Amino acid sequence: MPAVKLRNITKKYGDFVAVDDVSFDVRKGELFGLIGPDGAGKTSIFRILTTLLLAEGGTATVEGHDVVKEFQQIRNKVGYMPGKFSLYQDLTVKENLNFFATIFGTTIDENYDLIKDIYDQIKPFNDRRAGKLSGGMKQKLALCCALIHKPEILFLDEPTTGVDVVSRSEFWQMLAKLKEQNITIVVSTPYMDEAKLCDRIALMQNGKIMSVDEPKNIISSFPKPLFAAKAKNIYKLLKDFRTDKEIESCDAFGEFIHVTLVSDEKEESKVVAIAQKYQTEDLEIKRIEPTIEDSFIRLMREQKSKEVSNGK
Amino acid sequence: MKFFMNWHEMPKERLTNMKKLLAFIRKEFYHVFRDKRTLLILFGLPVVQIILFGFALSNEVKNIGIAIQDNSRDIHTENIIRKIQSSSYFKVEAPILNYKDIENRFKDGSIKCAVIFPSNFSSDLQRSGGAKTQLIADASDPNTATIVTNYLTSIVYDYQQQLNPTTQLNYQIVTEIRQLYNEEQNGSLNFIPGVIALIFMIVSTALTSVSVVREKELGTMEILLVSPFKPIMVLIAKAIPYLVLSLINFILILFLSVYLLHVEIKGSFLLLFAESILFIITCLSLGLLISNVTDSQQTAMLISMMGMMLPTLILTGFMFPLENMPWIFRMVSHILPSRYYYTIVKAVMLKGLGFEFVWKETLILAGMAIFLLAIALKKFKIRLS
Repeated sequence: MPAVKLRNITKKYGDFVAVDDVSFDVRKGELFGLIGPDGAGKTSIFRILTTLLLAEGGTATVEGHDVVKEFQQIRNKVGYMPGKFSLYQDLTVKENLNFFATIFGTTIDENYDLIKDIYDQIKPFNDRRAGKLSGGMKQKLALCCALIHKPEILFLDEPTTGVDVVSRSEFWQMLAKLKEQNITIVVSTPYMDEAKLCDRIALMQNGKIMSVDEPKNIISSFPKPLFAAKAKNIYKLLKDFRTDKEIESCDAFGEFIHVTLVSDEKEESKVVAIAQKYQTEDLEIKRIEPTIEDSFIRLMREQKSKEVSNGK
Repeated sequence: MKFFMNWHEMPKERLTNMKKLLAFIRKEFYHVFRDKRTLLILFGLPVVQIILFGFALSNEVKNIGIAIQDNSRDIHTENIIRKIQSSSYFKVEAPILNYKDIENRFKDGSIKCAVIFPSNFSSDLQRSGGAKTQLIADASDPNTATIVTNYLTSIVYDYQQQLNPTTQLNYQIVTEIRQLYNEEQNGSLNFIPGVIALIFMIVSTALTSVSVVREKELGTMEILLVSPFKPIMVLIAKAIPYLVLSLINFILILFLSVYLLHVEIKGSFLLLFAESILFIITCLSLGLLISNVTDSQQTAMLISMMGMMLPTLILTGFMFPLENMPWIFRMVSHILPSRYYYTIVKAVMLKGLGFEFVWKETLILAGMAIFLLAIALKKFKIRLS
């Protein structure tokens, strides 16, 4: 039995379809990532799974319990950390933790080993009000509160949004440790670089799942050789590439342009030749390994062209 | 074996449920005592309202400035003037110089009334047995003018009685007025029951609805819902602290009324207390109901203020007599819980009546409480949106 099972889940807000016919499974003990930009439908899926929202269509189970009929059983078993910092700002760290422990029918001491690593970092601020904590610390406190009752599944909705880079990487280390304790973790993030830290990921866009797989499989299924190009005038190069018939796709990635060709040519020389047609100065081209973000953009484009052809 | 396990499990579960509820209530108290705004509304408001209604907004007359022109200067006018001076109602200002002076002093507001004794006052009184005094009042404020002239007339009348204690006119009719339940014309009496009802409306209805909606707004409701804590318990845990706080407020208001405004509690304190608990529960249910249908603190505040406070202020009869209102307003007033509570408090506190005189209002209030609470519980959303 999978820890989480979604079948054809659809959620609408008026005419707007937030979640469109989504199906996937999360295996027990897995660290599963829901990757996609804002508005992709991640939060809606989390709220349906945590029994906070009712879907218009489809079925879903969490630990074998139906999200509609057996919501109370699910609420007893899961830990949930909403996207917005949702603890009591006017209560201290200790008071927040104590409150949630009691509400879940346990005590801090009972599950101390589970939260110890995380709690130790915020313990020096025990008597500080939660509203006065830094972003990274708030998120650690929220994680402690979500973990305090030793849930079977942990739902973390964009836990690293608005948190600095160091805290983000610390947070993912904590998640890896929690996974060792056999807790299934479902996490969402808009940051593509965090995707590779998950066991499996679902790439989401406009309410649809584009792909569900292990990050390395998603990367290896990238069908074409990928090149990174750089020039003195990067904007001009991007414009030139866009008009060239031999270029299949080109996207700006920081100071580089990621390029695929219509042909399956593996050597950089072909791209160099195209670029030189436009008198490009200080040209620099190298073959690179695709990232999740490259895959995401490619899948997004395929989805869009599929929609356009369906529309016709 | 299983039977025994269940048998042992039950009390333990009830115990943890109790613990959960207590933890929740304690958390609510933290919220209240750490938020200066809430504290101010909770305890500042009653004090301010009592003082406002008790002192500032009174329709009694005290220390009204008057001026006297005594053209007669004899024993009789001096006696009357002494009587006026010794009264706490008036403050006698500098004498009047001429008629123009009166008008100027009305205009700058230093006096509200002028008393003029003609030069032949004493001789007229003694010879013809009838003297005249002129009272000129500033009637731009008709209430004050009437009260002031009435007081002054009665002072003069008093002196006249004093002059001829034996000689009675034939067929004299004297009206003897007694203002029952409020012999000293203490203006606070009428306000206290109204203020109590108003405060309960604010504290129990507005603060409760805001405190539930705040959890929605901050997102903490999301976590509370995704927990083993029963949704209904959220409502109960929210209501209990405000019930306690309202009762503390009730004691505070009574204390202020008795010791500051000298309003006496004539009836049974226990009855008053019990009726107040009933009314608070009605208000709490209303607050919880409001919180179920709103999603922002502002909306909740607005609905409870506009929808509850204003009608309480206007339609319960504590500011304006209900009898004089068009029938539609009188109809509306019948669905206001505060109207019944106001009647009960007036009956018990001011008239000293017992339960047998207020059972009807109590029954209506109880019915409203049960009805509102039932809807609030039924409407409570166990999911978002």
